[in-house]
Amino acid sequence: MANKALVGEKVGMTQVWDSDNVVVPVTVLRVRPNRVVQVKTAERDGYSALQVTFGQREEHKLTRPEAGHFGAAGVQPGVRLLELRLDDVSGYEVGQELTVETLAEVAHVDVTSVSKGRGFAGVMKRHNFKGQRASHGAHKVHRKPGAVGQCATPSRVFKGKKMPGRMGNQKTTTQNLVVVEADAERDLLLVRGSVPGPTGATVLIRNAVKRSQ
Amino acid sequence: MQRTDFIDEANLRDDIPDFGAGDTLKVHVRVIEGNRQRIQVFEGVVIRRQGSGVRETFTVRKLSFSVGVERTFPVHAPVIDHIEVVSRGDVRRAKLYYLRDRIGKRAKVREKREF
Repeated sequence: MANKALVGEKVGMTQVWDSDNVVVPVTVLRVRPNRVVQVKTAERDGYSALQVTFGQREEHKLTRPEAGHFGAAGVQPGVRLLELRLDDVSGYEVGQELTVETLAEVAHVDVTSVSKGRGFAGVMKRHNFKGQRASHGAHKVHRKPGAVGQCATPSRVFKGKKMPGRMGNQKTTTQNLVVVEADAERDLLLVRGSVPGPTGATVLIRNAVKRSQ
Repeated sequence: MQRTDFIDEANLRDDIPDFGAGDTLKVHVRVIEGNRQRIQVFEGVVIRRQGSGVRETFTVRKLSFSVGVERTFPVHAPVIDHIEVVSRGDVRRAKLYYLRDRIGKRAKVREKREF
């Protein structure tokens, strides 16, 4: 599990030049200070995590339970409540603010978000099937999957057969994105490459699990 | 207006002269050879300028030993030391791809005459 994590928002993609004057495609993530609302420990809650919020929400837009929860913690209400699962939460306390500086020394991060929904998609888009030929007698089958199995044996379609269906709108993680810049002044994190989800999506940023610290 | 404009602002250059398709440019490019840096000049006709913001690019075409060479630069690229406009071309379109099919005198762009 991660030992450094933050919640941010996807702003969009652009490009910057690195020190060798080479263009780097970057995704801009806005990481407003994360306020710790609750510290969950293995002894008390069965797992260790930080419950955090970010941004601002007006008092009258809170439900009573939410208002109570924020009030008890003495933390200003934010737009959402999320949990950051961490190995070790001993250094954290309620009310603490985590800024993008947390990730300043981290070279690689994993970014988790909900991918863009594609609706009911065919096999070419969903599973990268080749489709069928454009001519030579092909009739209304150009984007169809073709055969889905054999005949009397097994006389059924195997489970897990790749077929059309709902695509996207799933929790997706992109691993090992290089951190290009962590700008604490403007609350921005620039990572190389793309990040799942539409602009404005809430993203979870963790140090890369597959890279040693 | 893009949501990421505020990031690009820092990378936009304001020392680039005004030029367009048909103009002849001398593009002074910084080239790094080993640990030495020098300036190389690429002179030719602009055959296209496309895109906007930090992603805007232009293509310069020249003849090198009677072989057509085209090089595309981002307008705001830091490798460009500076750009010199040698002459303004009198052209009727934005993309001068027709120059690729022409050779000799016909591949010339008429110079714009100011009155």
